[in-house]
Amino acid sequence: MSAAVEVENLTKRFGDFVAVDAVSFSVETGEVFGFLGPNGAGKTTTIKMLTGLVPPSSGRGTVAGLDILRQGTEIKRHIGYMSQLFSLYADLTVEENIAFFSGLYGVPRERRAARRDWVLEMAGLQEQRGRLTGELSLGWKQRLALGCAVLHEPPVLFLDEPTSGVDPISRRGFWDLIYALAAGGTTVFVTTHYMEEAEFCHRLALMNRGKLIALDTPARLRQGLREPLLEARTSDGTRTIETLEKAPGVAQAGLFGRAVHVTLKEGEDVERDRARLAELLAGRGIEVESIEPIEPSLEDVFIALVEKTGGAVVD
Amino acid sequence: MSVRAKFERIHEMVRKEFRQIFRDARMRGVLFVAPLLQLIAFGYAVSTDVRDAATFVIDSDQTPASRELVDTFTASGYFRVVGRSQRPTDLVRALDRGDAVLGLVIPVDFERDVQSGRPTKVQLLFDGTDSNVATVAQGYAGRIVQSWAARRVPQRMPPGVDLRSRAWFNPNLESRTYNVPAVIGAILTLICLVLTSLAIVREREIGTLEQLMVSPLTPGELILGKTIPFALIGLADLGLITAVALLWFHIPYKGSVVLLLLASVLYILSALGVGLFISTISRTQQEAFMSAFLFFMPTLLLSGFMFPVTSMPAVFQWLTLINPVRHYMEIVRALFLKGAGLEALWRQFLALFLMGIGILWLAAERFRRRAGS
Repeated sequence: MSAAVEVENLTKRFGDFVAVDAVSFSVETGEVFGFLGPNGAGKTTTIKMLTGLVPPSSGRGTVAGLDILRQGTEIKRHIGYMSQLFSLYADLTVEENIAFFSGLYGVPRERRAARRDWVLEMAGLQEQRGRLTGELSLGWKQRLALGCAVLHEPPVLFLDEPTSGVDPISRRGFWDLIYALAAGGTTVFVTTHYMEEAEFCHRLALMNRGKLIALDTPARLRQGLREPLLEARTSDGTRTIETLEKAPGVAQAGLFGRAVHVTLKEGEDVERDRARLAELLAGRGIEVESIEPIEPSLEDVFIALVEKTGGAVVD
Repeated sequence: MSVRAKFERIHEMVRKEFRQIFRDARMRGVLFVAPLLQLIAFGYAVSTDVRDAATFVIDSDQTPASRELVDTFTASGYFRVVGRSQRPTDLVRALDRGDAVLGLVIPVDFERDVQSGRPTKVQLLFDGTDSNVATVAQGYAGRIVQSWAARRVPQRMPPGVDLRSRAWFNPNLESRTYNVPAVIGAILTLICLVLTSLAIVREREIGTLEQLMVSPLTPGELILGKTIPFALIGLADLGLITAVALLWFHIPYKGSVVLLLLASVLYILSALGVGLFISTISRTQQEAFMSAFLFFMPTLLLSGFMFPVTSMPAVFQWLTLINPVRHYMEIVRALFLKGAGLEALWRQFLALFLMGIGILWLAAERFRRRAGS
């Protein structure tokens, strides 16, 4: 059995600019595959190539066993796509939106009523079926958009930042739906900016500056970070960062909620540095509540990897 | 890919589009009330005919003959006396203030000169700021004075050449008969060009265009799905406007209905093509509206809708040949007023056909190329 999505040296150039640079990966059927990276990393362009919106400059790839170079139109019938914009028609009712996408994707007529009821139930919209979509709350719209994207039961589902702007409870409910779909054999390819969501993915691919810089399970990515990490709680976060950034042995310091996460350089002695940095801060008149070694979070890994590969593109 | 699936997708798009159009109260207004308002404006208000032109009379003669001349003016229905005086400064003030658009000055000894057969002069002063009224009123006044003089002044030497003019196709030279049919052209342009471009750009703005592009819907199907509804509504408006023109304004219709329909369909191709093109160069509805407006005004002005093509400088006359609106206006007016057939209008039909196919093809190609980005 072939992988649900497989790409090899996929490249997209816009003039001199290389948006996606020889990216290779493969996604298993039924996998929830997270696609991460700072803005401008090439995530969106990659998705556009996979969904047949933009032809690649070079490289090859398949989606649902179909060639992205030659079978673009065929691919469109075998994928579902939902973007952060909740691309439904606000001036159509819930049912009209469902009927429209059913017709567009050629869902067989005898299946339409069943699929409609499935979406209404999945999104919890049975009572709202006659309402204009524009009047629904964001969480509802998002579930309806997901439902419309899978009306035709596509083997591969692309979600482009599907949960941006949605409250945490709706977001959690949404991920339950994603898991249910994946359990049913749907491959889910999802981009996100939320790190707690990235933890939900089976595997994560991290892109920066057009290149794939990491690809593994969330747990192994966390373990893979070799630089020791300290978490400092002080009276003044901003000044703490200013002080520690320039301190010897420190690779990077950044605000993390109310605490400051300090990435030490590879091979540094954590215990010695911990005492040294605490002294340094105290010397500057900054009150140190605590400074402890911690296990890296995905966000720490993410930031460290992006820094190592030239930092994020600033546009 | 099966043809049936293709038709189903287009049908689904068209149905969706109609739902959205008719659900939007403002859209309904633009589609069906605006055409009627324009018709009423052009049928009643916008008239280049001169009636009851405000006239100020300086009668320095105050004789039966001078009064009779003034009566002839008012009796014609073209002029209405708004003031009389014997001081020329009053006339100047009336013209300045806009109380009168025309001054009639009858000199002292007017009656005596007329009766004795001596040449005499009657002066007409016009407010030239409205050049149209001035020109038309001048023509009427000239004729009134001549016919009055012909009756009153013994003719010693009859003129050798007598000019008798008669207007064909529109015997009373009513501007309504000329303008109302042309409203059809303006409305079709509005609907097929402006609304189509807005409808496509709106989908780009709210993100649904991207959603459609990753669906099995091809760019060609998308174009058809977006343009067919407005083409149909345009044709419905054609019927509406024609019905009101014939039944309410009693505009004569002498030509073939089939030809009117054919010309409209050909013209709609051009309008849709330009609308589609504008949608490919605009990211927001505001941009689309501005571009459509930039296109709409010059094409309408250079179409002969309000200002005759024959009065334009030669360069502009040439320019109007690539303006589909011009050809369509000519066909519509010829069909309404002259009852002309294809043998007289085939050039315009051919021009519309070629432009329609050409513009629509180019726009569709451009749309296809830009579809993914």
